[in-house]
Amino acid sequence: MARRITPVRMGVATLAAWTVGFVIFFPILWMILASFKTELEAFAIPPSFLFFHWTTENYATVQGRSDYLLHAMNSIIVSGGSTLIAMLIAIPAAWAMAFAPSKRTKDTLLWMLSTKMMPPVGVLVPIYLLYRTFGMLDTRGGLVLVLCLGNLPIVVWMLFTYFKEIPKDILEAARMDGATVGRELVYVLTPMAVPGIASTLLLNVILAWNEAFWTLNLSTSDAAPLTVFIASYSSPEGLFWAKLSAASTLAIAPILVLGWFSQRQLVRGLTFGAVK
Amino acid sequence: MGRITLQGVRKSFGAHAVIHGADLEIEDGTFVVFVGPSGCGKTTLLRLIAGLEDVTDGEILIDGANVVGVPAAKRGLSMVFQSYALYPHMSVRGNIGFGLKMAGLPRPEINRKVEAAAATLNLTPYLDRKPRELSGGQRQRVAIGRAIVREPKAFLFDEPLSNLDAALRVQMRLEITTLQKQLATTAVYVTHDQVEAMTMADRIVVLNAGRIEQFGSPLELYDRPDNLFVAGFIGSPRMNFIGKETAARHGAETIGVRPEHLRASRDGEGWEGNVTVAEHLGSDTFLHVDVPGVGKFTARSVGELGLTTGDHVRLQPDPGRIHRFDHDGKAIRT
Repeated sequence: MARRITPVRMGVATLAAWTVGFVIFFPILWMILASFKTELEAFAIPPSFLFFHWTTENYATVQGRSDYLLHAMNSIIVSGGSTLIAMLIAIPAAWAMAFAPSKRTKDTLLWMLSTKMMPPVGVLVPIYLLYRTFGMLDTRGGLVLVLCLGNLPIVVWMLFTYFKEIPKDILEAARMDGATVGRELVYVLTPMAVPGIASTLLLNVILAWNEAFWTLNLSTSDAAPLTVFIASYSSPEGLFWAKLSAASTLAIAPILVLGWFSQRQLVRGLTFGAVK
Repeated sequence: MGRITLQGVRKSFGAHAVIHGADLEIEDGTFVVFVGPSGCGKTTLLRLIAGLEDVTDGEILIDGANVVGVPAAKRGLSMVFQSYALYPHMSVRGNIGFGLKMAGLPRPEINRKVEAAAATLNLTPYLDRKPRELSGGQRQRVAIGRAIVREPKAFLFDEPLSNLDAALRVQMRLEITTLQKQLATTAVYVTHDQVEAMTMADRIVVLNAGRIEQFGSPLELYDRPDNLFVAGFIGSPRMNFIGKETAARHGAETIGVRPEHLRASRDGEGWEGNVTVAEHLGSDTFLHVDVPGVGKFTARSVGELGLTTGDHVRLQPDPGRIHRFDHDGKAIRT
């Protein structure tokens, strides 16, 4: 028997949801608060939650010490570029696997995914040596390439799942309506695949934006994206909590804004299969 | 015009043969129903006509022209799918008009035709809605609208009513039949429901295991089934079959009597047995009777007989309505 939804149950559920939401969000909130404290207050015990001396000097120091805008631009180029190239390769690949599968399609997909199971550190040395030999260390192109290749299996797999959800009947209906293959693609398939493509794109931008392993190992200054910029605040002279927080806040701000504006598209993409 | 001819059509998926040589002549303007149990190849046969599957062997002619190798888009047929297969990102107007847009008609003409089709199907208030905002019956109407607006040579229906509830199914059944008569366009309709087949069809094709068992009008199939399969498939409750000596006395391997052609009485002539179950429908009573030495029977009698489980009963078959079959299951005609 289905349990009745009473106002009390509703209230408890709402409270629980807010609590969980707050717990998940707390580290980010704490980081943002810490970025407005002085270094001393930032690691004071007991910590002060709101009643401290608010200051923006950390932001000024961070921008003064290292060029935030340069790193932000690097992040945009590296995550955007690697995503676009990955999409250009993955869309036709996933399309072919979803609509003209062969006997080996499932094996190909699994093999592609299996490359993600290997720890990246396992191939760090060979890739580092290759990059050194070809002069690709600390270049934007080098980072675009490595992130693109790293995320390609996930992108293909995600797109394949979305394309697979498009009912074959609808494509056949379009054919019965007199649509040629080209027009079927333009008028029926693409509009139906857009939510899937959009959410894959967004997720991949976020993954590439946050990627730290390869960016830290393959770049130092010229091509360094925001991940390297944050890491530079954990230095041998000691941890600068407030400045680290300010740098981190600056680093996540663009992607947070992007995520906020695209959340509808993201959720729609992730529940694509549930809508008949 | 829409005359569809099948000549020796075969279809195999790999080594697995699904259609074993089908010959059929569908006259222009007729409503033909393909009926059979699931897996009999009826949907495959429809998809072969549509051009959504390629024939392995044989010819399909539409108005005398061989269409084997002609893509579905160019055959001039339209199809209504079981899942409706509406374009989810287009409004009702866009869905109905899509075929006309593909045909390159000017926009005012598309609008005029779409609105006319929508008016016929009572869809006018919903023209600007998306398919997800419609009920099952309305979606079904949109799918039909999309089919009729193109004025095709023939309509192909693939179990279009199986996703609707019982009441709506009866209503849509009637609407489709009326619409088809109005438009006088050839229709090929696939269903596994023999009631749909009997009520809608001008001619029925009974399929079994990839073979056409019989092609004829509903009453021909009912009155003169060609073989045991058709005899058992058409009619509800199904025909009673009797073998052994009882059949031999009629000069046949098997004889069949429909439940409605058995007269049940408390005393009188006929097979003697006991009622195992009596199903009372008000207008009819279905009696399940066990006749020792002969077999189990279903008898249908009009109204109430007041018989219940365990009662003694006699069953008298209508002598003119006994179907006889030889040892191959073929009907013996006299």
